[in-house]
Amino acid sequence: MSDEARIGIGHGSGGKLTRDLIDSVFKERLTNDYLSPLSDSAICPALGGGIAFSTDSFVVSPLFFPGGDIGKLAVAGTVNDLAVVGAIPRFLSLGIILEEGFELEKLKTIVDSIARTAGEAGVQVVTGDTKVVEKGKGDGVFINTAGIGEVRPGFPLPAGPAAGDKILVSGPVGDHGALIMSLQSGIDLSSDLESDCAVVSPLIETLKDSGARVKFMRDPTRGGLAAVLNELAGDLGLGVEIAEDSIPLREQVVGIAELLGIEPLQLACEGRIVVVVDEADAGAALAAMRGLEQGAQAAIVGSLVPAHPGLVVQVTGFGGRRIVDMPLSDPLPRIC
Amino acid sequence: MSRPDREVLRTLIRVQGIVQGVGFRPTVYRYARDNSLTGYVLNDSEGVEIELVGEAEAIDRFIAALQDAPPPLARIDSLSVLVREVAPSPTPAEFGIVPSRSAERGATLISPDIATCEDCVAEMGDPGDRRFGHPFLNCTNCGPRYTIIEDVPYDRPMTTMRDFVMCHRCEEEYTDPLDRRFHAQPTCCPECGPGLSLLDDRGVAVDNAEPVAATLDQLARGGIVAVKGLGGFHLACDGANDRAVAELRRRKGRDEKPFAVMARSLDDVREFARLSGAESLLLSSRERPIVLLEKREPFPLAHGVAPNNRWIGVMLPYTPLHHLLLKSGEPALVMTSANISDEPIVKSNAEALERLGGIADLYLVHNREILIRADDSVVRAQEGRAVHLRRSRGYVPVPIDLGAAPPPVLAVGGELKNTVCLTRGRDAFVSQHIGDLEDERNYGFFQETIAHLGKVLSVRPELVVHDLHPDYLSTRFAGELEGVERVQVQHHHAHILSCLAEHRLREPVIGLSLDGTGFGTDGTIWGGEILAVDGRRSVRLGHFKPLPLPGGEAAIRQPWRMALAMLMDAFGGVDPAWAKLFPWLARPEAAKLSALLLKSYPFVRSSGAGRVFEAVSALLGVREVNTFEGQAAMELEMAAGKGRGLRPFDVQLEGRDGEPWVIDFAPTVRQLVEARLNGEERELLATRFHATVGHSLLSAVEKAGQETGLSVVALSGGVFQNQLLTSALARDLGARGLTVYRHSLVPPNDGGLSLGQAYYCTFPDNST
Repeated sequence: MSDEARIGIGHGSGGKLTRDLIDSVFKERLTNDYLSPLSDSAICPALGGGIAFSTDSFVVSPLFFPGGDIGKLAVAGTVNDLAVVGAIPRFLSLGIILEEGFELEKLKTIVDSIARTAGEAGVQVVTGDTKVVEKGKGDGVFINTAGIGEVRPGFPLPAGPAAGDKILVSGPVGDHGALIMSLQSGIDLSSDLESDCAVVSPLIETLKDSGARVKFMRDPTRGGLAAVLNELAGDLGLGVEIAEDSIPLREQVVGIAELLGIEPLQLACEGRIVVVVDEADAGAALAAMRGLEQGAQAAIVGSLVPAHPGLVVQVTGFGGRRIVDMPLSDPLPRIC
Repeated sequence: MSRPDREVLRTLIRVQGIVQGVGFRPTVYRYARDNSLTGYVLNDSEGVEIELVGEAEAIDRFIAALQDAPPPLARIDSLSVLVREVAPSPTPAEFGIVPSRSAERGATLISPDIATCEDCVAEMGDPGDRRFGHPFLNCTNCGPRYTIIEDVPYDRPMTTMRDFVMCHRCEEEYTDPLDRRFHAQPTCCPECGPGLSLLDDRGVAVDNAEPVAATLDQLARGGIVAVKGLGGFHLACDGANDRAVAELRRRKGRDEKPFAVMARSLDDVREFARLSGAESLLLSSRERPIVLLEKREPFPLAHGVAPNNRWIGVMLPYTPLHHLLLKSGEPALVMTSANISDEPIVKSNAEALERLGGIADLYLVHNREILIRADDSVVRAQEGRAVHLRRSRGYVPVPIDLGAAPPPVLAVGGELKNTVCLTRGRDAFVSQHIGDLEDERNYGFFQETIAHLGKVLSVRPELVVHDLHPDYLSTRFAGELEGVERVQVQHHHAHILSCLAEHRLREPVIGLSLDGTGFGTDGTIWGGEILAVDGRRSVRLGHFKPLPLPGGEAAIRQPWRMALAMLMDAFGGVDPAWAKLFPWLARPEAAKLSALLLKSYPFVRSSGAGRVFEAVSALLGVREVNTFEGQAAMELEMAAGKGRGLRPFDVQLEGRDGEPWVIDFAPTVRQLVEARLNGEERELLATRFHATVGHSLLSAVEKAGQETGLSVVALSGGVFQNQLLTSALARDLGARGLTVYRHSLVPPNDGGLSLGQAYYCTFPDNST
């Protein structure tokens, strides 16, 4: 491959090479009314109900994986953070740090993926930045996105969750985490698993339309379902009780977890949501999510209970009540 | 001139120890009257206070008598004369037992629950006695204590017998200082005591006229009955009925973990198990633990009671109800703790109906509430003495004297087989067995026990001691406690200290701390540790070689994974020629795990000795997947013969400058595989492996002795439940002139950790 097809230090100098890169890679793919290379800031219209503002950085290895790539992840990640607080995602910023020598074709694929995902999510990339670091000082590409969404007051219900409320997940958990760990191991542990990486806005819109009293939403990324539920229990001073049999988990994910020694409920998702709804509306919320393809395997997994405040308890097939923890560090066996 | 010893004196005596609820005051009363003394005796929360008025000689005779012949269940820790003076007038006219008084500071000891005494058993069986066949009789020498006491001082209103108003005749006995039931707080009779009922699974009474007979009938027909006992419910079925036992396993979801049986008498036990003198004594002791005995072959009870096991857990009846059930029914009943998997034992009637639905056909319950749960204790006689595997009912809350008093300590133990320990003065009170904290109900039981012990002992801890493992629930609990200072003790250090605590040993020792898993000071998982322990200081001299746990906790449940890790470590790969030896190599995960091991995937590594035993169990084809914790290692021990003097396999002991040396079993694994390829007997190989571990530990201790100059060795950790290893090692160490300390009061397993953690606090903190 020729040198021209790779990123050089000059691409981050701010000079002509940088301008060429922006024109040939970014502008062409991400064009919209507010993105202007001539301005230092994007000037965006005011949003009615107030703004939601979120940022996230993305470092993933490998950059491309079944079901997605770092570009899709970078858009979906920030969009999902906006969507789960009930906001309509509108504008994104895109910061990219490239490692010297990174292949240009790969960058184009990533930006294509960014453009496509932004299109699906209905957001516009309105500002951006590119830097290049010397070879060996990055891992190909690092991406940061920040996003602004339009708040819809009253959704989810401001009063928040209470004992008796039901907890739902929108689909099988841990797919993304299991896939990435499996790829990183360098061993083919399960060939047909795909990342769940996706924009969750459609799920949230259908929930809103269903009229179900939604009290809390979160996308279970790092730390997985276990982390979200533990935070919920801790913040609310309530107990969480989930039924092992009701949690959607793919066989391949359980298999990978057993091979690598990880707790499947602590594996990350990148396109699922955890929803807390009023008990009476659990059926309606479930039906609404199942009406979408990405929610076809949604399930009611448990509820908030007044007992054992701060603890997440998983009821097992034989009536055991296992405490699901959030590890402080690397998971270490507790049993001896 | 008047002789001073003819003078009338008044003395005030304070007695501490197990002096309440054990017939102490009636004995004091008798001795006072025998010696023509007047005055009084009373219970308070510090123990017993006695005022004696009379001649000096009589007073001395009284004290001697009390010390020489206290009541059978009493334990006098201290008897101090607070006052000795010329009696002021007027002097009391008689000796009286006066009502209990509550005092500020607590020093009273609560008696454990005691098996029904011979006198009570005789009354039950006497058709002329008013308590004939009464399932709740007891006296000051026996009956429920710890499990029914809510607070001190120990008086009926402070127990769950408070709801039963004594009838006139019981009251007479209760108030007669010369009666065996004088101040027997739970005393009762058929007229005024609790009653039995037999319920179906909806809680509806089935036969209230003859509940025991109806229960026996159900058991004889192969049914499963939940029976309310002393510290919780049992699930009972006929121990000789294969179908009933298999059905109980199916309903409980318990594959192979052995069930305990309760047998009518020692003679009945001899029908199905071998019984030594020491074992007979343990079986019939007033604590009535489950004793592990060697099964007789052919085994006349159901095979499913203890499948693939050389041992069977046996106990004798310890409540009146047990006596009734065994007297006319089957000679041996399965009596297994009523719980599913490893949760706390069921204690209330409502809980039984809720949690045992689908398991029990009927429920034999009563209306005396169990306040605090206590599982049956499990012991084994080793070389004529008791080794605890689970210290619980009958032993708890008898304190262990630490020999030195730390500030009031709450030690929260480990994660599995959890116990907690509270200290008051020099006394360490180790709780009953709580179980595995991963289960929320056990975690609740853990909190409940801490609160209850604190209350009945009137102790408010100033220090909370916990394990180093950041993810243990006990650690998390300790972190959330307010107003106490936190202390953390490394797992294997605490094991050694627990052994030292039993012996009140304060000198530096070489500690062999061998178990499955514990968090090390370097953040890795330890478990095969040779330590130099000096109070709060512990130095890691050497350890077993750390090996990857392929799949983390799955490697603990599936010993074949550890076997694979050891093979990969010893050979660097898997030889196709092994396929016949190790059928588990054909598992689909095996290929993936070997590929991961080959690429040095960063699995958690552990130097656990238990893991080595389990791996070898799988390598010898003994057990490749555990159905309960520790199964593979136990079965490896059972697979071994009793042969001595067998040549050990090779072990490498590597030393590196400034680093702990490493005991590497890779040469053993290579020789084992070769021996298996040559078709050598499994029994011989299992025996040689035990000799190998023993031999390697012997070399390790010698090396440790050279480095430190120490010649005292303490053995602790779950691996020392292995009799074969422990006996041989202790003998060999002794033969080399080393002094060996082992456990006899608390289990060598994690059930002893809390005691070690508490003992840590008796040593001064020199770090500041």
